[in-house]
Amino acid sequence: MAHPAWLLNCPVSVSAQSDCVTLAHGEGGRLMRRLLDQIVHPSLGCTLPFADAAILQPAGNRLAFSTDSYVVSPIFFPGGDIGSLAVYGTCNDLAVSGAIPRWLSLSLILEEGLPIAVLEKVLHSIAQTTAECQVQIITGDTKVVPHGEADGIFLNTTGIGELMEPVPPGAESLQEGDVLITSGHIGRHGIAILAAREQLDFHPAPSSDGALLLPAISALRTGIGSEVRAMRDATRGGITAVLHEWAIASQKTLFVDESCIPIDAVTRSACELLGLEPLHLACEGTMLMAVSAQHAEEAVSILRKVEISRHAAIIGRVESRAVTPVIIRRTLGREQSLDEPSGSPLPRIC
Amino acid sequence: MKYLDEYRDRDQAHQWITRIQRLASRRWVLMEVCGGQTHSLLKYGIESALKDDIELVHGPGCPVCVTPIGVLDQAQELARQPDITLCSFGDMLRVPGSTSSLLQTRAQGGTVKMVYSPLEAVSFAEQHPERQVVFFAVGFETTTPATALAVLQAHQLCLKNFSLLVHHVRVQPAMEAIMQLPEVRVQAFLAAGHVCTVMGYDTYASFVEKYQVPVVVTGFEPLDLLAGIHECIRQLESGNAQTSNQYPRSVRLEGNLSARQLIDQVYEVNDQEWRGLGEIPESGYRLRAKWEQFNAGKRFGMMPAKVQNDASLCQAGEVLSGQMRPTECPSFGKACTPETPMGAPMVSSEGACAAYYRYRLPIIT
Repeated sequence: MAHPAWLLNCPVSVSAQSDCVTLAHGEGGRLMRRLLDQIVHPSLGCTLPFADAAILQPAGNRLAFSTDSYVVSPIFFPGGDIGSLAVYGTCNDLAVSGAIPRWLSLSLILEEGLPIAVLEKVLHSIAQTTAECQVQIITGDTKVVPHGEADGIFLNTTGIGELMEPVPPGAESLQEGDVLITSGHIGRHGIAILAAREQLDFHPAPSSDGALLLPAISALRTGIGSEVRAMRDATRGGITAVLHEWAIASQKTLFVDESCIPIDAVTRSACELLGLEPLHLACEGTMLMAVSAQHAEEAVSILRKVEISRHAAIIGRVESRAVTPVIIRRTLGREQSLDEPSGSPLPRIC
Repeated sequence: MKYLDEYRDRDQAHQWITRIQRLASRRWVLMEVCGGQTHSLLKYGIESALKDDIELVHGPGCPVCVTPIGVLDQAQELARQPDITLCSFGDMLRVPGSTSSLLQTRAQGGTVKMVYSPLEAVSFAEQHPERQVVFFAVGFETTTPATALAVLQAHQLCLKNFSLLVHHVRVQPAMEAIMQLPEVRVQAFLAAGHVCTVMGYDTYASFVEKYQVPVVVTGFEPLDLLAGIHECIRQLESGNAQTSNQYPRSVRLEGNLSARQLIDQVYEVNDQEWRGLGEIPESGYRLRAKWEQFNAGKRFGMMPAKVQNDASLCQAGEVLSGQMRPTECPSFGKACTPETPMGAPMVSSEGACAAYYRYRLPIIT
């Protein structure tokens, strides 16, 4: 049967087979349904369309709830992409809060003109990462904005997890003498994004540390139980931002020793070249922990047996409150205040 | 890490400090010329370790700090034009002009692109023929060869949409200006290693002879700085001022001849205005007449930048000429912090005030 004339005269002159996202894909009609049915849901491995509201049946545990938006540029970078980041990021926020991530929502904000192939690649990455994290996407939303009003693709993931009792008490519980531990090399994600965005031709290229922290957290819980006072993934602002946040919450001074902080050679050389402070750079698969002093060595030993935290190290301790919230002992032995990062890191001229 | 860790060895650093302390019979006043050196001296605690034996004062070698307000205003004015993309090094983005910074200009709708190299700006111009691309060419002799190369490359590509807003400065005339201050206290210089890598240090011979001050070419790592300080003290104690190179892994007497040739090919020396220090004879570079088509001021009909004195209470001039330590400024750490800077030395990652703020000692109650 021939197409009815009204379809030919449709003002939205978009083919359903378009190779890029168009505004019509966001208008709620046939094209949107096809985008969801033919691209989004199959890529994510969903057999049924997302419900407007998912019905959850927790096993009786208390729940943790977290949300985050991802606007990273470029979309693809060494060690990851916006899709894996959106899943790891929210899952890690739940994990460091003491919860096992169970369910995610996924909200896509697509810019008109985004190649469908790029969307598929991101969705494929989301599917792989959710499988790895053993988390389900159970509801979602898609919007399309005009060209120039977004940067290709923005994602929002909201996650719900089941708390593992007892829950770590948090930074307010930090006590004098507690030991500060990082689960791995710091600053990798920040320098990887900067190098990819600015097309800095480093060899080898810095690679993001994006990963799920849950295996390290689970091993730690099994090993030393409630002796972990606080955990936090060191995302924007790097470990410096976490140290300051904890210093404020606990009203203690946090002391770190620069020579003990693990930084891989690629990150370190790139930072030296650009004049950037690695302590301020974001991580996406590295966390900071505060552990009671008597269990610190054991904690590190446990963490080092898990792949994601094999470079775990003791980097400092909690002290009684001084005027300065965070103190760092530099390489030659001098102690200084460590300031909070201010704005985005800007490379020096020469 | 090779070429880094061996120059940050804690034991060797302490041995150098002891040697310097034994050598100094009185408290000498040394000026480190470069902002990068200031940061290393503060970050590694060298300044405080030697404070009883040596007074380290901080020189004018921060390219961001010495760019005048009028030139910053011009850069912002260009960025606000709808068809212009203003390309700049990251450091320059936060520095306040008379009313705002390049970052604020961008937030208000101006087009400002951060680049890591002037050649990146040339590529951007080549890829965007519909836009005029202006590179904000600032810095000492370290960055000047690269901006000269950008001019030659733009010429080779016959680009009609690329130009430069030039405010390049020369370090030796600034050292001369400091020595001519009536209240000068500087007794020796740690010359800027990166500048000497390009320009060499043969030109310092006449300077040393004229002012009888040691000039020691010095790098940026702790052991480089300590070796440089030791050499200054050795010369001062013996009363024999010389030029000396304590950064031989990077610096040769004649410098980098190709880079010097590039500078000469594209630029000529002119008198230049410095923020906080005023006009210094022969202290800058401007494009030669042959390359005037790449002069953004001329292309966009801009008048020469108006000299504007810093209306704030910022005492950058005194800090940059070694007459005042950042902590002696009444605004330091109070009205003036990196979040609320009153002047460029608190904004720039190479600024002396920012170094003192960032690396201040913890205050234990």
